[in-house]
Amino acid sequence: MIPARATLPLGQRPRVLDMAGVDKTFGGNVTALRKMSLTVNEGDFISLLGPSGCGKSTALRLIAGLMLPTTGRINWQGGQGTGDLGVVFQEPTLMPWATVAQNTYLPFRIRGQSYTSVKPQIEETLRLVGLENFRNAYPRELSGGMKMRVSIARALVTNPRLILMDEPFAALDEITRHKLNNDLLALKAQTGCTVVFVTHSVFESVFLSDRILVMAARPGRVIRELTVGAPYPRDELFRTSPEYAAHCRATSEALHEAMAETIGAQA
Amino acid sequence: MTIAENTRIPAAAIDAEELARARRIRMERIGKWLMPVLVMAALLVLWDRTVVWNNIPKYILPGPGLVLQTLIKDWPLLFSALLVTLQITLMALAVAVVGGVGLAVLFTQSRWLEMSFYPYAVILQVTPVVSIAPLIFIYVDNRTVGLLLCAWLVAFFPVLANTTLGLNSADHNLRDLMRIYGATRWQKLRYLQLPSALPYFLGGLRIAGGLSLIGAVVSEYVAGTGGIGSGLAFRILEAGYRLNIPRMFAALALIAASGVVIFAGLSFLSYMLLRKWHESAIKREV
Repeated sequence: MIPARATLPLGQRPRVLDMAGVDKTFGGNVTALRKMSLTVNEGDFISLLGPSGCGKSTALRLIAGLMLPTTGRINWQGGQGTGDLGVVFQEPTLMPWATVAQNTYLPFRIRGQSYTSVKPQIEETLRLVGLENFRNAYPRELSGGMKMRVSIARALVTNPRLILMDEPFAALDEITRHKLNNDLLALKAQTGCTVVFVTHSVFESVFLSDRILVMAARPGRVIRELTVGAPYPRDELFRTSPEYAAHCRATSEALHEAMAETIGAQA
Repeated sequence: MTIAENTRIPAAAIDAEELARARRIRMERIGKWLMPVLVMAALLVLWDRTVVWNNIPKYILPGPGLVLQTLIKDWPLLFSALLVTLQITLMALAVAVVGGVGLAVLFTQSRWLEMSFYPYAVILQVTPVVSIAPLIFIYVDNRTVGLLLCAWLVAFFPVLANTTLGLNSADHNLRDLMRIYGATRWQKLRYLQLPSALPYFLGGLRIAGGLSLIGAVVSEYVAGTGGIGSGLAFRILEAGYRLNIPRMFAALALIAASGVVIFAGLSFLSYMLLRKWHESAIKREV
């Protein structure tokens, strides 16, 4: 079974990775990301929030090791191995020829572990995301929200040290998005997973995160870091609380600032 | 009335539109098979009447009845010829699959190999086989190998082109995921690229099936030598020299039928392999 990681209070959590003064320049002249610094601790839920072109996806690709920083370093505490990372993309990104269980098995399969040896983890993860009755279904038989659940199950199944999510719910309808946001927090409570989450929704970032990095574009950079102190578990009541509204307002203001700076940089 | 009662729709409550739709679907299902058969029957009758009413001699245009008689009478000769042609066709198709898929995999593994050799694959494809075949039969002593080579030249390109396209169209996010999980080149090929390429490959295979029959027949024409072990194309040529027009028609019918059977067989294979997951093989409700 997946061992749940206990989430310690902010400030006492062990380090997962450090990103210090990272720049990413494309073609020598387009600065996608400037002086990005980020510390991820175990159990963190960090959102990168900003307008398009602010480098939030670039930051994620850098952490994922799909790109190398132009300058600066990304240091994993104790080094990085395969299986330290789970990724959820904006699209479910499932293999259409494979069943739900086979899709979830993929990370283990690449590590060379037999299906029978990891079957308990797969079953447990599918149960966590509520798909235990769909293990033999093919992706085309599932709704958009269910496909996303499979994608989350695949990212969770190896119990990675860090999960990266790149606007995973952006393409879903409002009702499904709310449901998946709630379920994601339930998953976090059960597994203690660490998440870096890219979004362009203020409400989503406030509901999910304990830290929000607001980013501005051209060049992509972090302009503000906000902390959402509300304790987990957060439920539907939190969505209508004055505290939530206050955080949303503060985050919105920071985002407007980011937009203004972007326009300023253009002029 | 409660909501629960309201939503429970009795099975008999099908409105006129639904009924009409169901009827249309049923008619189309029958029509799909019935209409081509009716067209075929009408054409055969027309053909037969044209021959009879105009007193066309059988060495100009034999009637369908005579063609059928000839097919039965000459069956031993034609059937052994058919087997020869089919053997070349299927062997060529097999070699086209192995060669086409093999080259496609090599090309996707190395951009340099692809850059170096792809143009030559195109040149082989665009050069008409009839113009290369005589040379091949000069340099290749073994007749079967020569025929096979000709048929292969015609058939391998669609497999190569389609499989290459398929291997390169694997989802880019899945590629990234493979990299993140540290998949080896071989794992990426096996778990991601080959399954992604399957529908494309099967599309190419269907084209290659028809082309390998064409290749086999055309190269037999060029090879031209007769005697034992000659295929249908040679029988057509031979019958033509002897003005045995009914036999030409009988052999032609056999070649056409083989083409249809090959296409149907490959279409069925494609359906069986893709029916569980691919859009092309999924029947939609509406």
